[in-house]
Amino acid sequence: MSSSEIITAKNLTKVYGKTIAVSGISFSINRGECYGFLGPNGAGKTTTMKMIHCFSPMTAGKLTVTEMDVRREQRKIKAIMGVVPQEENLDPDLKVLKNLIVYARYFDIPVKTAEERAIELLNFLQLKDKMNSKIGELSGGMKRRLLIARSLINNPKILILDEPTTGLDPQARHLIWQRLRLLKKNGITMILTTHYMEEASQLCDRVAIIDKGKILTEGEPKKLVADNIGTEVVEIRLEDENQEAILEQLNEFNFTYERAGDTLYLFSNNGKELLHSIVDVKHSQLLHRPATMEDLFLKLTGRGLRE
Amino acid sequence: MTTFKIPDISWRAYRVWQRNRDSYMRFYKANILGNLGEPLMYLFGMGIGIGSYLGLIEGVSYMEFIAPGLIMGVAMYSASFECTFGAFTRMAEQKTYDGILATPLNVGDLVAGEILWGATKSLIGGSVMLFVIYVAGLMKTSILMLLPMLLLIFIIGLLFSSLSLTFTALCPSYDFFNYFFTLILAPMFFFSGIFFPLSNFPEWVKTASKFMPLTHAVNIARSLLSNMAHSSLIFSTLILVVFTTIFGIMSINLIEKRIIK
Repeated sequence: MSSSEIITAKNLTKVYGKTIAVSGISFSINRGECYGFLGPNGAGKTTTMKMIHCFSPMTAGKLTVTEMDVRREQRKIKAIMGVVPQEENLDPDLKVLKNLIVYARYFDIPVKTAEERAIELLNFLQLKDKMNSKIGELSGGMKRRLLIARSLINNPKILILDEPTTGLDPQARHLIWQRLRLLKKNGITMILTTHYMEEASQLCDRVAIIDKGKILTEGEPKKLVADNIGTEVVEIRLEDENQEAILEQLNEFNFTYERAGDTLYLFSNNGKELLHSIVDVKHSQLLHRPATMEDLFLKLTGRGLRE
Repeated sequence: MTTFKIPDISWRAYRVWQRNRDSYMRFYKANILGNLGEPLMYLFGMGIGIGSYLGLIEGVSYMEFIAPGLIMGVAMYSASFECTFGAFTRMAEQKTYDGILATPLNVGDLVAGEILWGATKSLIGGSVMLFVIYVAGLMKTSILMLLPMLLLIFIIGLLFSSLSLTFTALCPSYDFFNYFFTLILAPMFFFSGIFFPLSNFPEWVKTASKFMPLTHAVNIARSLLSNMAHSSLIFSTLILVVFTTIFGIMSINLIEKRIIK
């Protein structure tokens, strides 16, 4: 284990009854890095996060956080972590500021320090005006920001973010991204799960795409896309009846494509050449754009719905 | 036998107690009144209403007879409400437990804190009731007996908090608390000898009553407040301690089983 690693998992496995939620995954996360777990619903993202922050006991494997075993040193590990859960669990019996102060007490932070830090954090997340509000009076975006403030109350070394912006409007999402980038600059290690590929590209140094409890691929977002997809994508919306003929026509060319319903996705490193070669293809709509994480994600995890 | 595993509890349980205290202090006046309205009506309503038709029961007036048991009843119900409806709300509705478990606290600390808080609610309700009874002149023993009385109230609080949390851990929804209150607590309230001696009931009722922890608490309370001899004080105390320990351990393990997946 190198000293830059802050979290190391080897053959990490979690079984619930007969369901294998996480199936022997290995990964390591470096100090100060932002590491993302991407995957469809039920892929095992949240379960992995819960094992890291010592909520779910693992079934098998090895998992260490700052070289401490999650099975043995839970209190110590939890003391250096901040957790932003997927499901909002602020304390509705306490007002906004009091939520932070009571939470600080669980970490044995003295009241005075807690008060100062709480106000600092409310400022940081633009919630100072809401200091004396009830939790029930906050919007979804404010609640999420307060959860982030709460997770920072103990000055954590590691921040766990389980879908930090799901369900928020773009304004709230961008504010949270800004704040998280600032935190990362300050050296905090972040682990996040998300469905939003843009979020992963915006924040993560490295991502792991996981599905059915297994890591499918891992690496830097840009490099992953370039290696697996190419740099450019052309989307062609087809009129149904032409499809077979067009597919035959495309077989003559030398690029990968994928068909999903009424759309054809053509992948290439040379968009001009690609466009040139399909001049004759009859279509109702054409879009030429850079390849994204989403293309990679869909390629690896398929287009079937997950419920 | 994970249900009886020795739990890991630390002083951090106090942090949960503090959280509940802070939440309680918002509405403490309404909370105290809500706890005491009913038992005071029992005490004076039945004490005067029924008591005036009765002679002495076991050598004391009816009001004096029911007073010690009513304190135990308040202690039982205060802890039980807190650790069923209150705890269930925090556990299942508000997810407060999940938030707390992301800090250095573990399930042992969390549940121990809830039990301590439930017992504190008993102590609050029970001591106000004790005060009223003392002022009404229904306490016939030395004022020094107030101390063991408060201790007894607290133990009953621990016992019923543990029992309630054990039930809460197994409860799918609020509706099931009806079973707990009507099938477990209500029979205890009526057949623990608070309102009448069980001497005229069939043998099986008397036997069943001896297995109810509240019966033992009522007997101890009566001997502390009214000079009524209770032949087996030590045995009764022991029963309460054993009940508390068993359900305390069970509640921690069962709540752990419910929320840690």
